[in-house]
Amino acid sequence: MSEPRQPESASVATRSGERSWPLWEVFVRGKRGLSHVHVGSLHAPDAEMALRNGRDVYTRRQEGVSLWVVRASDITASSPDERDSFFDPAADKVYRHPTFYDVPEDVEYL
Amino acid sequence: MTDNAVHTSVVAPYALQLGDDALVYAQRLGEWISRGPQIEEDMALGNVGLDLLGQARVLLTRAGELDGTGRTEDELAYLRDEREFRNVHLVEQPRSDFGFEMARMLWFSAYQCGLYAALVDSSDETLSGVAVKAVKEVDYHRDHASHWVLRLGDGTAESHERMQAGLERVAPYVAELFEDDAVSVAAAAAGAGVLPSSLWPAASAYVERVVAEATLAMPAEPTWRSRGGRNGIHSRPMGYLLAEMQHIARSHPGATW
Repeated sequence: MSEPRQPESASVATRSGERSWPLWEVFVRGKRGLSHVHVGSLHAPDAEMALRNGRDVYTRRQEGVSLWVVRASDITASSPDERDSFFDPAADKVYRHPTFYDVPEDVEYL
Repeated sequence: MTDNAVHTSVVAPYALQLGDDALVYAQRLGEWISRGPQIEEDMALGNVGLDLLGQARVLLTRAGELDGTGRTEDELAYLRDEREFRNVHLVEQPRSDFGFEMARMLWFSAYQCGLYAALVDSSDETLSGVAVKAVKEVDYHRDHASHWVLRLGDGTAESHERMQAGLERVAPYVAELFEDDAVSVAAAAAGAGVLPSSLWPAASAYVERVVAEATLAMPAEPTWRSRGGRNGIHSRPMGYLLAEMQHIARSHPGATW
C-alpha cells in the first residue's frame, strides 16, 4: 500500500530563496448556507496574510462572504494510484443511493 | 454670494485636492504590479491602487462639475500640468523598497481612515457618498499596511532595519498631510470638509501603536519637511510621474476604446 501523499504543489513550500513563502489552499463560501468551496491556492508568509491575499486574489468580484485558508502541506490527499480501490467499489451499490423513494411532484427543494 | 455659490466655490478645490492625493498615489501603487515580492502582493497593491483610483474618479468628477470649467475626470487627470495638481508630496515620491511603501501606506491610510470617517457627515452629497464607500476600503488598506509593518519590523534583522529606514524616509512628508491649508479650512467652515489637523491625534496614535508593536521606533522630528503640494508646488519626481501617467492621453487626444 502506498503512503498517503502530500499534494504535489506542497513541494513549492519548501523551495528556498525569495520565493519561499508556503503555499495555502483557499476556500470560499459563496453565500450563507453554502459550503466553503476550494477555489485555488496562493503564497503567503503566514495564515493572516494568506487570508488577506485570498481576499485580494479570489474575492475581488464579491465571490464570497467567508474565507478559509489551509496550509497545502497540511492536506493529506488520496493518491491517483489508489483511485480504483478507493472509489470504484461504490459504483455498483445502488442501495446507497436514495433512488427508491417516490417524491411527490409538489415537494420543492428536493 | 448665495449659500449655494459659497458651497460650490469651496467644495470644488477641496474635492480636487482630495482627488489628486488619491489619483497620484494610485499611480504610484500601480507601479508595483510585477514588482511586488510575490504575485499575491502585486494583486494586493494593485487593488489598493484601484480603490484609490475609484475615489479619485468621483472626486475629480465632482471638482469638474463645480469649478465652472465643466472639465471631466479625464481632462482633470490627463490634461492638467504639474502646477495645477494639489496633492501632497508624500504620494508623489517614487516607488522605493517595500518597507518604504508600507510606511507610506500606513501613514496615508491612517490619515484617510480619519478623513473619510468624518466626511461621511459632509454637507456635500458627493463627498459624503464617496466617504461612505471609501471608509471600508481604506480600513483594509490600513490593515494591510499594519500587518506588513508588524511582520517586517518584528521579522529578521534586515527586515527590521529596512522597515525602520522606510519610516525614517517617510517622516518628512507626514506633516504636510495634517496641515490646515486654506482650502480645507474653508471647506471645514462650510461643513463640507475636515480640518486636516483634527485627524492628527487619532492617525498618529494609530501609527505609534503599530510601530511600537512592530518593535520599531518612531523617527525623531525630521530636520526638514515637505510643503507646497496644496499650492501646486511639487517635488522633482512629480513631473516624471505625470509624464508617464499622461503621455498616452496627450499623444492621442480624445481617443476611446
